[in-house]
Amino acid sequence: MSQANYPAQFRYSTEHEWVDAPSPSAATVGITDHAQHALGDIVFVDLPRVGTAVEAGKPCGSVESVKAVSEIFSPVTGEVTEVNATLAEHPEIVNQDPHVKGWMIKVSLAAGGVPSELMTAAQYQELLKQEGS
Amino acid sequence: MSNQDIKKARRHLTQNEGLIFEGSSPGKVGVEMPPLDVPALDPARALGAQLVRDEIAGFPEVSEMEVVRHFTRLSTWNYGVDLGAYLLGSCTMKYNPKINEVVARLEGIGNAHPYQPENLSQGCLRIMKHLADALLEIVGMDAITLQPAAGAHGEMTGLLLIRAYLESKGNARRKVLVPDSAHGTNPASAYQVGYQTQNLPSNARGTVDLAVLDRMMNEDVAALMLTNPNTLGVFDDQIVEIAEIVHSRGGLIYMDGANLNALLGVSRPGDFGIDVLHLNLHKTFSTPHGGGGPGAGPVAVKKHLEPFLPIPRVRENADGTLGLDFDQPKTVGRVRAFYGNYGMLVRALAFILANGSDGLRQVTDDAVLNSRYVRKGLEDYYELPYPAPTLHECVFSDKRQLKNGVRTGDIAKRLIDYGFHPYTVSFPLIVPGALMIEPTESESKQELDLLIDALQCIAREAETEPETVLNAPHTTRVGRMDEVQAARKPILRWKP
Repeated sequence: MSQANYPAQFRYSTEHEWVDAPSPSAATVGITDHAQHALGDIVFVDLPRVGTAVEAGKPCGSVESVKAVSEIFSPVTGEVTEVNATLAEHPEIVNQDPHVKGWMIKVSLAAGGVPSELMTAAQYQELLKQEGS
Repeated sequence: MSNQDIKKARRHLTQNEGLIFEGSSPGKVGVEMPPLDVPALDPARALGAQLVRDEIAGFPEVSEMEVVRHFTRLSTWNYGVDLGAYLLGSCTMKYNPKINEVVARLEGIGNAHPYQPENLSQGCLRIMKHLADALLEIVGMDAITLQPAAGAHGEMTGLLLIRAYLESKGNARRKVLVPDSAHGTNPASAYQVGYQTQNLPSNARGTVDLAVLDRMMNEDVAALMLTNPNTLGVFDDQIVEIAEIVHSRGGLIYMDGANLNALLGVSRPGDFGIDVLHLNLHKTFSTPHGGGGPGAGPVAVKKHLEPFLPIPRVRENADGTLGLDFDQPKTVGRVRAFYGNYGMLVRALAFILANGSDGLRQVTDDAVLNSRYVRKGLEDYYELPYPAPTLHECVFSDKRQLKNGVRTGDIAKRLIDYGFHPYTVSFPLIVPGALMIEPTESESKQELDLLIDALQCIAREAETEPETVLNAPHTTRVGRMDEVQAARKPILRWKP
């Protein structure tokens, strides 16, 4: 399995989403390199609309690959301020560059910011190791 | 001399066949109609202009014989269970006995009309009654509807019954629990009926985690949808405890009967706490599956759900004749025109009667034996992610082959070269890179030995010459499809 680079400033969920929140009020969310790899070639990304309220741990969209449709679980609580519209036409970007160009939604975070139970890059990679990948 | 240079002699059956549109030449017709012997009528005046269609652009113009040859050639490219083993796990692609087809075409059955009066339909009604009674005995339930047209339709019907029952108790509740090993249709059906679904994670054995169920099962949960044996082929032997937890909090248990082929004559869902289940006649009871079937997904229930079953229901009159009962005030209504896919009901009954009770038990014994034989033959070659004993199907993963970049989809394509229909790939979702194999009772030891040999060969190829597997199939008329591009940018019709 490829040695992916998991950015240290991100936080990660057990459902294999990442969060990048340079400030406590706004975050960018996507799926991890491990997730895109496990899904295989992604053919469709279904994202929430701008203005949708998302809740940590609850589904907020889905990713369809040639194998299956998987839900995207929002790792944070807040309101969607922007979605990556490029993915509608070019879902393959999620496979090619999951942590940068393949971002999915931007969220203005509710009070409390990024949930503290999310993992660091090191903890996430430890989880992947335990899951046998 | 290349193939293109051969003009006169062609080996037609090995040629690549173009689309019928491409064989079109302007003005060519298949049938010449005789001249009208009545005055011509303007259809726009007779029917209204909005119902009259202009010329259909690009419609192929070919002769009758060209049509016949085109489709006959295409038909020779098919693969079906009449050609060899059809291993799709969870689909129970068993042989469809030809006697079923004969019976379904008998004059009084094949030519019966759904509007025929009841007194002229006694035979057809008797078949429905006979089948209903037989299925109820097999699954240990109290009442049944034969209407649903397929498994997922049965799921939807069953959940409608659960909703109606709970509503009659004052609260339809909001959620349905679905294990993460379930068929994708389960959550979809629950959603169709207005329930939210909650994913129930499996334990390390691949079965229900009782502690998690205990935590998630509350007064807001209408039902647990369970497949038993589950999609790993593992029978959940905690089923009695599971039923106790769900029932004690006022919920119901729906069983997806997709894997009933593992239980015939051995264990009855009605005896282990199931409230509602659907059966797939096109799986367990040998009616055609795939190619449009059509399917049939009867739904069996316990007594407390009977008042809600779809109408009409077959009723036995005091004089012993049969009739149709539409007077069921609590019914959820019709779920299908007339009486369901009737021809399939006939075939299923033919299968049940031809086997008898001993024979049905033998079906399950042989299906389980075949699956275990395949599992044993492949254990040393493919990773077995859940080692629990399995019944009618077994699930491997591509973990060992992945070292060489070979995935389950590649192995499946290569298996086509060996003359088999692939197994189910990438399902169930709890197994990354799943190879799900269900041989059914139909296959002989000889065929299974060929299959095991083929999959062993492919495992060796994955080690020594992975390219052969990665580029498969090599022997088909059409090579590897670009599935990704087909999903991203589908071209759904031919355009001139």
